[in-house]
Amino acid sequence: MALPEILNGMKTVVKNVFKKKDTVSYPEVRRQPFPRYKGRHILDRHPDGLEKCIGCELCAGACPADAIQVVAAENTPEARFSPGERYAQIYQINYLRCIFCGLCVEACPTEALLMTTEYELSGSSREQLIYTKDQLIIDTPIVRHWTTKKELPPERQVFS
Amino acid sequence: MSRAQTVVEEIEAGGQGAYVESYQPEEGRMTINMGPVHPSTHGVLRLLLELEGETVARCEPIIGYLHTGMEKECEDQNWRQAVTIVTRMDYLAQMFNEQVYSMAVETLLDIDVPPRGKYIRTLMVEMNRLNSHLVWFGTQGLDMGAMSAIFYGFRERELILDFFEMVTGLRMNNGYLIPGGVWEDLPEGWEDVLGRILDMLPGRLDEYEDLLSQNPVFLERTLGVGVISADEIKQLGATGPIARAAGIDWDLRRDMPYEAYGDVTFDVPLEQASDVYARYKVRMAEMRESVKIVRQLVDKMPDGDYKNMDPKLMPPPRAELNRSMEAVIHHFKLVTQGYSVPAGEEYAAVESPRGELGCYVMSDGGTSPYRCHVRDPSFVNLQSLAPMAVGGMLADLIAVIASVDPIMGGVDR
Repeated sequence: MALPEILNGMKTVVKNVFKKKDTVSYPEVRRQPFPRYKGRHILDRHPDGLEKCIGCELCAGACPADAIQVVAAENTPEARFSPGERYAQIYQINYLRCIFCGLCVEACPTEALLMTTEYELSGSSREQLIYTKDQLIIDTPIVRHWTTKKELPPERQVFS
Repeated sequence: MSRAQTVVEEIEAGGQGAYVESYQPEEGRMTINMGPVHPSTHGVLRLLLELEGETVARCEPIIGYLHTGMEKECEDQNWRQAVTIVTRMDYLAQMFNEQVYSMAVETLLDIDVPPRGKYIRTLMVEMNRLNSHLVWFGTQGLDMGAMSAIFYGFRERELILDFFEMVTGLRMNNGYLIPGGVWEDLPEGWEDVLGRILDMLPGRLDEYEDLLSQNPVFLERTLGVGVISADEIKQLGATGPIARAAGIDWDLRRDMPYEAYGDVTFDVPLEQASDVYARYKVRMAEMRESVKIVRQLVDKMPDGDYKNMDPKLMPPPRAELNRSMEAVIHHFKLVTQGYSVPAGEEYAAVESPRGELGCYVMSDGGTSPYRCHVRDPSFVNLQSLAPMAVGGMLADLIAVIASVDPIMGGVDR
């Protein structure tokens, strides 16, 4: 048997045993995504509290996966939701279909639709994963299913 | 009676799965179905094997288990949206799919990509090649019992995926290379992150070589296994590392330079033995060459636009939307309808980690592709599996499949 070659390979393995671990024990420890990360959407508001979304349906048109549904309605002086003429009465994103390509964010003319770095999207039924306007609008806090003890920076620290 | 006739008769008689049932192996041979769900067939590849004892007498790959009609789906999208579909074909070489599709569309549109766009694209596809070869290294080792290989391969791949996440916002299926350039410029600090990966990789590649290249068990299972002649490879149209391991000196990056490959120098690794070990050697050497190419690209990275700023092609900058009504109209038009591409047909080809990846795009002058066919190297290379496997042992077939490195998402599209 060619013992030296096997020992040479074992040397690599032993060396790696003592290296810093690359894995993190999710969900107690979480790695933050990079700022550009395309995760869950939010619908933004203007500083005065009005919605930025004007119900133009460009996001629905740009979506290659047909994941977005928008139904617009007219603003009235009594019920004013957005500064323009129209607002989104129904706004739904189906996260069972969404492929997180970001074309909707590119399409939005008022910068109302944005993407966060939130990636924990799970639910126990199909209905739960169709996010409605109430869940997407910015003042709803993002619900996390697990608590984090430690947050790690986006870039891993394991180069050697 | 030919087999095709038998199948037709069986189907007419109402039999399901007629193909297997009607099939009679020769006397003294045993038929075995390997896959479609098998840990070492790399996805849902099914092999219909005829065995004489432990020797493979016949091997027939049966595909279609992952067919999702992606080429057809492209026809429902506009030219910009179709990028998100093509990137899902060969999911380990996502950037290459985007690149080849974009190149074909750009030729039809008759537009140029600015130098910086070309460099970013080349840089990203070379990182993608490293990513893909690292997965191959892991699975090649894993299939032959070297469990450490997949740990190490995937560990380094994770860092490359981090870099992709930093630049494109997604780890896989990025949709980053678009007709006309790239989606966004490189983010701040990209040189540091990339530099750390590039500094680390050659050392890690040395470790891999220590682990496997001289290991007697590995040599026993790869040397002289899965041999195929260069003539057969040419007849079957197989390309990439398989062809280069048989001494066929053909690499599109060097022989038909595209994007920024004309500006960088690199070697094309060649081997003559055409067995599993030769393919291992070629891919390991290619990884080192990729590191070399990326280093040169980082040094030469030009400034300027990262995409073609033609207002008929790209939506106007965001600041314009608040100022000019004209820009808003352009924006709405481009997003809802997309741009039209002049009628015509175009074929573009790039060297993907698995060989020549081609895209044949046809336009009828409308805003969505009339036809978008992808010549995927996995599909073509899979045909060379049978000549490699026949005459060898069943256990060696596992090593041979890993050395062909088929990606079923690309095979079935």
